[in-house]
Amino acid sequence: MSEKFDVIVVGAGPAGTSCAYTCAKNGLKVLQIERGEYPGSKNVMGGVLYRKQMEEIIPEFWKEAPLERPVVEQRFWMMDKESTVSFGYKGLEWGKEPYNNFTVLRAPFDQWFAKKGIEQGVLLINETVVLECLTENGKVVGVRTDRPDGEVFADVVVLADGVNSLLAKQLGYHKEFRPDEVALTVMEVINLSKDKINDRFNLEDNQGCTIEIFGDSTKGNLGTAFIYTNKDSINIGVGTTLSSMIKAKLKPYDLLDYLKTHPMVRPLIEGGESAEYLAHLIPEGGYHSVPKVAGDGVLLAGDAAQLVNAIHREGSNMAMASGTMAAETIIDAKKRGDFSETSLNQYRETLYQSFIIKDLEKYKDATHTFEHYPQYFKEYVPMLNRAASKFFTVDGTPKKEKQKEIMKSFTSERGTIRMIQDMYRAWKAVK
Amino acid sequence: MSTKTIEEKQYLVRFKADTKSHLTVLDHDICMTKCPDKICTIFCPAEVYKWEGLRMQVGYEGCHECGSCRIGCPYQNIKWEYPKGGHGIVFRLA
Repeated sequence: MSEKFDVIVVGAGPAGTSCAYTCAKNGLKVLQIERGEYPGSKNVMGGVLYRKQMEEIIPEFWKEAPLERPVVEQRFWMMDKESTVSFGYKGLEWGKEPYNNFTVLRAPFDQWFAKKGIEQGVLLINETVVLECLTENGKVVGVRTDRPDGEVFADVVVLADGVNSLLAKQLGYHKEFRPDEVALTVMEVINLSKDKINDRFNLEDNQGCTIEIFGDSTKGNLGTAFIYTNKDSINIGVGTTLSSMIKAKLKPYDLLDYLKTHPMVRPLIEGGESAEYLAHLIPEGGYHSVPKVAGDGVLLAGDAAQLVNAIHREGSNMAMASGTMAAETIIDAKKRGDFSETSLNQYRETLYQSFIIKDLEKYKDATHTFEHYPQYFKEYVPMLNRAASKFFTVDGTPKKEKQKEIMKSFTSERGTIRMIQDMYRAWKAVK
Repeated sequence: MSTKTIEEKQYLVRFKADTKSHLTVLDHDICMTKCPDKICTIFCPAEVYKWEGLRMQVGYEGCHECGSCRIGCPYQNIKWEYPKGGHGIVFRLA
């Protein structure tokens, strides 16, 4: 295998395939290496794929890609033990072109996407682990795989090897992540008939719904749960920062079962048949955790570069956009005949000027704030539920008095000053 | 039926186990003497780690390759590699 390529892409998830696809489309000789049996066999996502960044790679992909449902409704629940305060948006404009986002199952989707890359000329090799980057005078010149004679060379190596990017760590681009920089998430795919899904979620055939659940879904720990509708199955999952999981001594699968049997959730999945159970880490360190993304002969994209906006559950779109930016940089670098860090830093600059790093920067203190001050999930969600219950229960109390009582209950529980501090801190973290 | 136990959950997943473990507990004494919580036995989403009184049993065959144990072990006592190409967990759906 000691052949030379223009580009070696490690990983066949959204970041890797976006990069490989764009490079190959522009005439570069691309080798893509995937450790799984097929692309997607190691990849996990809650299930929302955004239209915009995918469309920029493959226009009108929705006409051929294996998608589940276009999402027309996004709900948010602030859930307590026996109640929930909800808000959301349903808009039929999301149910037609150009769409906003779709639910997907990643194993079929990633295989389809990788196939599109192959059609552009990408050479995809599955079932191969990249063990290390080969360097010469500090420049990455190729990779060593676990195949016999498994050394391959290229001008640029793109590390799109996911949240457990052992390769980026080996290069010293980041230290081992801390437990508060990653979220451990578990989910199940539960088969349920299309009719039941449509009835229970108030949908028509080609309409999907997403529910993000805060509060008791994680027993008040920093994290969220989600329920996404596929065509004839439901993805239901829950995750918290690994540090919260450790601190609360939670078994993730117990938390998942707690969610599944929660009185607010159970009726939605009742009678469903579990089809798969999946666990995965999400890089949620945000802005402060983004490692060095460009070096001599090497670029990092997607989860490997910690490009996830946990607040808006955006990740695969950032993977795709960063993979494409990496490809564009490589194409330009090829024209310059210069694959040094200085040349490849074009990627860093593009990335930092894009929505990706701008959004991560906006929320740079959010995870840290909510981790450090657990009252938002532990206290305010139940408080909000009690307030809603009080306000909407008709018991002959005049509304003005009710409002006063609610405000009083807030301030007496937390104290006026502490509450103002809490509000200000939360606002600052997400403003 | 929807699953209730971790065993039932794991039963839904396809694994193509290698003959060699990709997870190694470096020093079982550290687990025994320094780590009363044995926290990996709690947070591991696949119940790969089971404490057997003197040493940590590692059921790598059921590993989801999530990486939590590598990051979450308070003593960095777990060597974590990827299983050989084509081996380990095989997700079929999401």
